[in-house]
Parts: sequence; structure tokens; C-alpha cells
Amino acid sequence: MSGTTQHAELALYDYSPYERRPKIEWPNGARMAFWVAPNIEFYELDPPFNPHRTPWPHPYPAVPGYSIRDYGNRVGHHRQMAVLDKYGVRGSISLSAALCEHHPEIIALCAERNWEFFSHGIYNTRYTYGLSEDQEREMIEDAMATIERAVGQRPAGYLAPALSHSNHTIDLFAEAGGLYTCDLFHDDQPTWVKTRSGKPFVSIPYSLELNDTIAYVVQKMEPRRYGEIIRRAFDQLYEEGAESGTVMCIPTHNYQVSCPHRLRAFEEALEYITGHSDVWVTTGREIAEYSLTHLRDQIGSHSEVSA
Amino acid sequence: MSDELLVYPRRDYGMDHDRYAWSMLQDRPPVAWPDGKPLALWINLSIQHFPLSGDKPPVAPPGALTMPYPDLRHYTLRDYGNRVGIYRLLKLMEHYQAAPSLAISGALAERYPQLLERLAKTSSEWLGHGWNMLSMHAGEIDPQIEAQWIHNTRTALEAFTDQPIVGWLSPGRIQSANTPELLVKNGFRYQCDWVNDELPYTFRTGEGEMTCLPSSLELDDVFVLTQNLHSEDSFAQQVIDAADLLINEGREQGGRLLSLNFHPWLVGQPHRIRTVREILQALLVDRGDAIWHASPSHIIAAAQA
Repeated sequence: MSGTTQHAELALYDYSPYERRPKIEWPNGARMAFWVAPNIEFYELDPPFNPHRTPWPHPYPAVPGYSIRDYGNRVGHHRQMAVLDKYGVRGSISLSAALCEHHPEIIALCAERNWEFFSHGIYNTRYTYGLSEDQEREMIEDAMATIERAVGQRPAGYLAPALSHSNHTIDLFAEAGGLYTCDLFHDDQPTWVKTRSGKPFVSIPYSLELNDTIAYVVQKMEPRRYGEIIRRAFDQLYEEGAESGTVMCIPTHNYQVSCPHRLRAFEEALEYITGHSDVWVTTGREIAEYSLTHLRDQIGSHSEVSA
Repeated sequence: MSDELLVYPRRDYGMDHDRYAWSMLQDRPPVAWPDGKPLALWINLSIQHFPLSGDKPPVAPPGALTMPYPDLRHYTLRDYGNRVGIYRLLKLMEHYQAAPSLAISGALAERYPQLLERLAKTSSEWLGHGWNMLSMHAGEIDPQIEAQWIHNTRTALEAFTDQPIVGWLSPGRIQSANTPELLVKNGFRYQCDWVNDELPYTFRTGEGEMTCLPSSLELDDVFVLTQNLHSEDSFAQQVIDAADLLINEGREQGGRLLSLNFHPWLVGQPHRIRTVREILQALLVDRGDAIWHASPSHIIAAAQA
């Protein structure tokens, strides 16, 4: 791994106990910022060999794994988009940048809805693992530039491809002009992240626990139970939000949540959440920009130098 | 690390391979099923032979034997499907006047001719389902061996039925890089392994085009009950939820397809057969007005009309 140490305690953020934090006020007095992050990904049928991680469980051609992900783009995307439209949710897309080239139709549909596009690497079959720092910088910049060319705006957020990281990932993304990361799961509120450049940079709560792929593939949940855990998470964060100000994210995948036997659970959860007042239904970028503009003290930037 | 990790040879419009064209379901001309029904229903029964063998294939299909040889427990549990479960399912299908297609391991023609003679008395369409559940069309399998499996499967099944065998479902829905070409060379006109769509589409091979009719994995009984470990009641609920969503879409956007795949060794068990009954009741009776239940070849023909 090009000389990087394999042991280093995480120093990206200060410890901050949840109790007795300064309260976060979201716009218009909302107690919760709520966002949905559809992952729109491209997995290659024949990716290069990476000794650190094997993309497919089957030898080439990995028909089952490849097919269901393609299904997400061919069939699932429209279905999920219609549900988000129905409940007035703009998606914050975790985007495999190469999808701008492979499937521009999907990009156009999301752009005309003023959805956000944030970077999720080039392909979800290309990992950070094994890249030198220069190579990772090149990959991050390639993804940023590709998305900017396609949609006219440089991405603000990063979810590393297939959640593969190096010790430089977040530093490099901040230096490339990013504002927020989705890769840290340590909190239910935004957290100031200390990067080596000292640029304003924030971690926005994404979620692995409510991520449909984790729920359906790892936890093997029944669809209606997935809807139920989303509602339970919302109830708790909504109640606490009156005192603390919380963030809730539902990360989705068009090949999971949009399957015809599953979409109803997601739709009912969205109906429930958007049926509450004092919920700021927003995007990852808007939460990050608001946090970095208005909430510096609340999110722990006291020790940082402004860029 | 090598620069290969940052080289992208197929980073361009469409797919990153030549097997089929990129398109979104909702952008295509709407499909119209007979009688204006919004939803086509394809039911398949996968009738499988798992050999009693210590051989481990490069990729194990769902249901594969797992214990040291001789794995009597799993061998006989799978064999149960061909002795008991299939007859329970056939009775139920006849009660509901359902016409499932039958994907059959070729080896059963040699092993259980009585079973194939019985299956030939149904009106069902047959599909080749590999020689047996150890003959995996996967990875570096020798193309000559693979071609022989495909040829033998077709020949063995056609000895029992007058219908030509033109459909194929690979064991475990796995293919090698050569499977599509070998299928076309052996007279197969459609395969069901690439589950990347909900409607049939054109699949390219070096031997000419064929059709892919995707057989849903996510609603496959083995996937839901033995991999996800969901309850029988949840399985039925998921199928019904899927049908209702697809019926609605079918009314608004054009015909949709629900594909179900049942395994006699699994849902033919006494505590599970009721779930199949509930599914058939919900689909063929309660939603009969909205559903066109048909064979795979009829569905392909209607979708391509």
C-alpha cells in the first residue's frame, strides 16, 4: 500500500459527546434535515484484477451480480424516481462518474429535476485499494471533472467507490474542492472534519443501517420490515431533533429498493416521513453548505483555521 | 500498483460489452398483452437432479450438496422434489388450471423416465435446465464439454416430448463466456439467465441473435426462503406486492411481466405448499382480470409482436 502505515487512530474529528451539544437549528425551524441518496452505479462486467478486493463472487462473466445491477439502471431508476417525485424529494445521487458516459439518459432525467450529483468514484468495480496517493488524486479528479462536464456543477460530496478508502481519501477530496463526505458513520449530526489542508469540510450523516443494500443483502430483511425500521429511525431522530437538530438519510440502490416486491415499503416510509412538519427535505449539498455557513460552532470547528 | 486500475477500455455510451443494447424499460414502445391485460405471468418449475457426488463444481448452484461424500441428507432432500414435491405441485397447478413451464435437468430423462412421461402429459412448455446440477456452465469450463451438456440435455428431453426444446435456464443462472453461442448452435432460441430486465429483449451471440427472457432471481423461492430466510407468509406477500405494483404500472405504462420460479424440492414440502396455493389464488383468481398467464414462448411472441 505504497508505504502507508497500516495502524493509525482516526484523527479526522474530535470526540464530542451527543449529550449537551449546542443545538442545531435547521432552516425554518426544522428539527430534522432529511435526505435520500440514491446510488446510481455502474459495475463493469470485466474489471481489471485488484488483489485487494474481488468485485464478483463468480468467475467471468458474473452474470447474476452484473445483471441485477444493470436491472437497476434499466428498470429500477424510473420506478424510484417516480416515488421520489411523488413525495417531493430531490435525490442526492451517489454517482459512478462513468455513468455520465454510459447512460446519459439517466443523468438528464435527474438533472431536469434539479437533483444533486455527488461523486462515488468512476465505477463501483474500481477501488481505492492499491492506488498510490497520486493515482487516487487522479481518480478523484477524473470523477469530479467527468460529473462537472456532464451536469455543469462540480460535485460537493464524496462516497468512496464501493466504500473503499485509503488514509488520504478524505484529505484528497477536500483538496479537490469537495465540501462533505458520506464515508463516516460516527454521528447523527454533521461533524467538522479536520483535513490536512484545513479547508472547511464536513461529514454529513449518510447511513449504513438504513442503506437498502445492507438491509436487503446483508441483513436479508423482509421488505416490509425495512419500511418499519426506517419509520422507527425517523420517529427517534424526529423526537430528538426538537432538542438537538438531527440528520436522517436513506441511501438506496435502484436495483434493491425499486424491485417490484420492495418499492411499496419504501414508498410508505417516505409518505410517513414527508407527512410530518418541521422536516427539512433537502439534499446532501444543502446540508453541508448550511452546516459550513451557519453551524461552525455547533459542528465542532473551534480548533480549525478557516481557509 | 499497475496503471491498469485507472484504464477504462469500455468507458463509452451504452453497455461495457456487446451482448445487448442499452435501453430503459420505460423508454421503449409499450408492450400490449392479449385482451389488454396489464400483467403477464410466467410460472416456471425447476425440476432438478443433484447427483450424489463428492465433486465440487467451480460455482455451486443454490441447493448444492454441501456435506462430505456421501451427502445423503441433501441428496435425498432434493430427490424428494422429484418423488413427492412435483406431484403435489402438479396437482395444485391443475386445480388452478395453471400452465407452468418446466425447466428440467437432462439427466432426469435417464434417471426417472416415469417422471418425464408424466410431465409430458401436461400442456407445459419445457426448457433445458442443464444436464444436472453439477454441470455448471461457469468459468473456464471446456467449451466442448459444455456443448456436449447442452446437446445431450436437448436430445434427452426431446425423446419424451413432441415439442422442440428452445428455451434454456442454466443451473444457478450462471453462464460461461461461451454459453450463449453454444445455446444458439444447439437450436435454443431463448435463455433466461441474464436477469437485467423485466421484459424479453434481444441478446446477441457470435452465432446470431437469441432472446433473453429474464427469470426473476429476487422472487425465486430458493432465494427468498433459503437465502434470505424469509417466512413463507412474507414470500407470498412479496409476490402479491410485486404483482400489484406491476399491474398498476402495466395499466399506466404498458404490459409488464411477473416471473416466478418454484422448486419442487423446496415449496413441495408439506409446510410450504400452502404458500404456493395462496400465491396462485391471489394471482390467478383474485387478480385474474388483470393477469395473462402464459407460457414463455407465448410471452416472448406477444412482447415482440
